[in-house]
Amino acid sequence: MLEIRFHGRGGQGAVVATILLAKAFFRAGYYVQSFPLFGVERRGAPVEAYLRLDREEILIRTNSYTPDHVVVLDTTLLEAIDVTRGLKPTGWILLNAPAPPADSARFSNFRLAYVDATEIALRHELGTRTHPIVNTAMMGAFARVLGAPPMDAVEGAIEEEIPEKLEVNIEAAREAYERVSGITL
Amino acid sequence: MKRVLEGSHSVAEAVRLAKAEVIAAYPITPQTHIVERLSDFCADGSLNARYLRVESEHSAMAALIGASSAGVRTFTATSSQGLALMHEVLHWASGARLPIVLAEVNRALAPGWNIWTDQTDSLAQRDTGWIQLYCETGQEVLDTTLQAFRLAENVSLPVMVVLDAFYLSHTYEPVDVPDQEQVDRFLPPFTPRFMLDTERPCAFNQMAPPDVYMEMRRSIQEGMEEALGRFAEMEDEFKKIFGRSYGAVEPIACEDAEIILVTSGTMSSTCRQLVKELRSRGEKVGILKIKLFRPFPAESIRRRLKTARKAAVIDRNFSFGSGGIFAGEVKAALCDIPERPVVFSFIAGLGGRDVTVGDLENIYMQTKNHDVPQQESIWTGLRPASAPAPDLKR
Repeated sequence: MLEIRFHGRGGQGAVVATILLAKAFFRAGYYVQSFPLFGVERRGAPVEAYLRLDREEILIRTNSYTPDHVVVLDTTLLEAIDVTRGLKPTGWILLNAPAPPADSARFSNFRLAYVDATEIALRHELGTRTHPIVNTAMMGAFARVLGAPPMDAVEGAIEEEIPEKLEVNIEAAREAYERVSGITL
Repeated sequence: MKRVLEGSHSVAEAVRLAKAEVIAAYPITPQTHIVERLSDFCADGSLNARYLRVESEHSAMAALIGASSAGVRTFTATSSQGLALMHEVLHWASGARLPIVLAEVNRALAPGWNIWTDQTDSLAQRDTGWIQLYCETGQEVLDTTLQAFRLAENVSLPVMVVLDAFYLSHTYEPVDVPDQEQVDRFLPPFTPRFMLDTERPCAFNQMAPPDVYMEMRRSIQEGMEEALGRFAEMEDEFKKIFGRSYGAVEPIACEDAEIILVTSGTMSSTCRQLVKELRSRGEKVGILKIKLFRPFPAESIRRRLKTARKAAVIDRNFSFGSGGIFAGEVKAALCDIPERPVVFSFIAGLGGRDVTVGDLENIYMQTKNHDVPQQESIWTGLRPASAPAPDLKR
């Protein structure tokens, strides 16, 4: 079983990102379970959401403590919280960032990847100028980093979950898939 | 077709497929997604129901009592304080023998203000004459909601479909959403046994003096007793059409089990993971999952538990001055048989505190390592009085 934790701020679409990814993995033949941090959400406050996936039925119904990978939608969170909390060694940290953070050495126990999803979202006019919606781009990047789910499943999930602005969302996911960079620390 | 659905939306899909005709509701976290989705269905025409926005949960139930008395299929959903506010009218629904269906998302009662899961809200309504069905998975939530309408209409009693806050209400997972044609075969249109009818005027809910009240109460109990048999019959039919069934209780690996963990709700699922692991280490452990709480399936529970040496009942609820509520019921069911397991009562996960595989394993080990329970109710996972509360995000 794999566990993936998404970090974002309230209103940025972290919860929708896990639902999208759950639907994509489900299309690719996995059992999935996704849920938000059980609590009270406030716009702008740090939020978390989780995804479990497995080839077998998922029986465990508890919070997630030791994710295999994390996805960070907003790098201002790197100063506010420890995104590596419980993260398994060699797990991926996928950042929405134009470049690796200056102090990326602190992530040296893990694998780091980054993609400028904000730039992609702004250019495709996803969300607004002040609140770009980056989740479809981040999903494309994630699919590349992990080698799963396949892009046709990603596109199918976007079609199911966000039928409006379908073409540009798929375009954003494809572009992020191509542009994501992994770095060795 | 299988879809990745939120637990709340699984309830809403079932209500749509059941073609409920009147829905009255007042929003409360963590139930709100259910009625939000139903109001979408009413707005886009996929459900032809009258949706009533009322000013309180008490009014929601009162409105449904009126609608159900007029002979239509009715639904509402609530949680915690909302259910508590409904308490008075819950008695009116069962006393009037109205087959109203209510989805109740278990949430802890205040104070302290808490939106997380805890079964005390629904279990506190155990004497209101409502049938109560507890769910473990998103699929079970959808299926049980469909079953609830049929069972309610079969025995003329209201049914509460109970699901854990967040662990079910806000969790997305694959759920098979049946076809309308299948549901129509399982659940024919509601034919009321009696209804408000201007052609045949009669009075409902009149004064019931001592010479009739006892017989009326007895008739509700007969409805409850009938519900036990009807539940099994209904599930046979459900299985024929949909290929799934759950049982009033479900024994898991109980045949040769020396210790049986007695669970309800989503904790049962995490327990299945634990039992898989313990069995692979040679431990003789099983699970008895209780789905039907009212009427209480005492005979099935006796039959499944009597061969075990010990039973550990895990309650995510508490009755002050008494103990875990499932444990009390299980002990009462067992007390008349000569050979019975020693019953341990554990309290876990109140107010949404997480119950992990490790926590459940501790409960199993405590049961295994003691001949008799050390306390009437063993509260698990309590912090020492001096320790500060940990950060919410652990």
